[in-house]
Amino acid sequence: MTPFVPLAATRASLQTPGHYLICLNGIIRREALRWLNQRGRFISALVRPLVWLVIFAAGFHFVLGVSISPPYRTYIPYEVYIAPGLVGMIQLFNGMQSSLSMVYDREMGSMRTLMVSPFPRWFLLTAKLLAGVAVSIVQAYIFFVIAWFWDIRPPVTGYIAVLPALILSGLMLGALGLVLSSFIKQLENFAGVMNFVIFPMFFTSSALYPLWRMQQASLPLYWISQANPFTHTVELIRFALYDSFDPVSALVLCAYLGIFMALAIIGYDPGRGLLARRGGGD
Amino acid sequence: MRPDRQAALAIENLSYAFGERRVLQDVNLSVQPGDFAILLGLNGAGKTTLFALVTRLYSARHGKIAVFGHDIERAPLAALAMLGVVFQQSTLDLDLTVEQNLYYHASLHGMPRAKAAVRIEEELARIDLLGRRAERVRALSGGQKRRVELARALLHEPSLLLLDEPTVGLDMESRHFLLQHVQSLCRTRSLGVLWATHLIDEAADATKIIVLHQGRILAEAPPAEITTEAETLKNAFDRLTQKKAA
Repeated sequence: MTPFVPLAATRASLQTPGHYLICLNGIIRREALRWLNQRGRFISALVRPLVWLVIFAAGFHFVLGVSISPPYRTYIPYEVYIAPGLVGMIQLFNGMQSSLSMVYDREMGSMRTLMVSPFPRWFLLTAKLLAGVAVSIVQAYIFFVIAWFWDIRPPVTGYIAVLPALILSGLMLGALGLVLSSFIKQLENFAGVMNFVIFPMFFTSSALYPLWRMQQASLPLYWISQANPFTHTVELIRFALYDSFDPVSALVLCAYLGIFMALAIIGYDPGRGLLARRGGGD
Repeated sequence: MRPDRQAALAIENLSYAFGERRVLQDVNLSVQPGDFAILLGLNGAGKTTLFALVTRLYSARHGKIAVFGHDIERAPLAALAMLGVVFQQSTLDLDLTVEQNLYYHASLHGMPRAKAAVRIEEELARIDLLGRRAERVRALSGGQKRRVELARALLHEPSLLLLDEPTVGLDMESRHFLLQHVQSLCRTRSLGVLWATHLIDEAADATKIIVLHQGRILAEAPPAEITTEAETLKNAFDRLTQKKAA
């Protein structure tokens, strides 16, 4: 009798770069479809920064003056100052939202579908991350278009230069979201984390006020802001948008990205992470 | 036992615990290509944990799991490529269409879109849902969703199919359809199937029944060998599990 050779045996080692691309494409496509299908998420992602721009910035227009500081070469209105911070906010919310959707996916079971795919887990998580970043970048550019009508008009080349900055910052914030999602057990716990992560990160950053102002107000707060990855997210975007490069922020973001990604991979490792710690049930 | 064939699934001395709570103890079992093996156990017997270990959602610290000879810990990618799974809980994306869900799954297996289109059509035709391919999953009935999940699990032509309580919550007709469909795949495609259930009547036509109780395997044999003379499967199951409890 001839030995039985299973059909799939011939396919088992077929993961070429082409297969990886197909997988990545599929994950990004799903994320985009979900984003478009969830109208509430789509609209709130755009409305949130616009509310800040239209109401908050307009209100503080005459209260807060921003002196000339790099990358700006002239005195700028407050709206112009906070625009990069609001782009960062889009990415921050998006990063947290994708991790929220991962907690949801896990509770709903669709995380299992992803995890039993025959691609390495690090690749699947990275692909999931890239999918979230792609969606956040589309949102950021929609915001730029609307902001243009609000007289926030950086140089045209800035719109191109900001793309790598958005990719890096999106990856870092998405990776942070992944870490949180891997250690959060239930959907209900997530609201607390949003409060303890999003708001502190946003308010202790340079999104709303320049760091030198914070230094005048409180030195400890200044150092917290310096260590805050979101500060560097905002600064990298701000500099890139005005055709400059902030190497310190870029390096800090890369370091945080490495740390968060390593933690996320540990978190989703079947032997060590959350999946193993959860009490299973039949 | 067919020694000339490599087991579709071979589990040896598998134990697993959540902290102090031991969920699986010294589990040994095998599923051959073409087998319709029923994993029979009450709720809490350890079936879902066993599935989570075979699909590498949990990592097995004690024991060995191999899919067509590929160790799930040492060669997880090769093992997972041969595996199709229908989880206990529905894992379809309700807001996406039937087709979008299937394309997503195909991409998770690295299948090019053109090939995926052909496979999706084949599998949807087989489960009589080709006409509803463009509808959102949310619009389907429970039985139809289950069928789509089965189609999805078979899309990449796995050689081993795991189903965790696939008929829970389904009406008689849907249950019957699913059972018949999977059994025919065992015969025609030599697909190895491990079907977990607590419903004894689903085990009647199995090639093999594996009784799992409180994390231990109590029996692994064809139905005729599990029952003694004039005994129903239900009685045999009660006898085995009570003997264990006593």
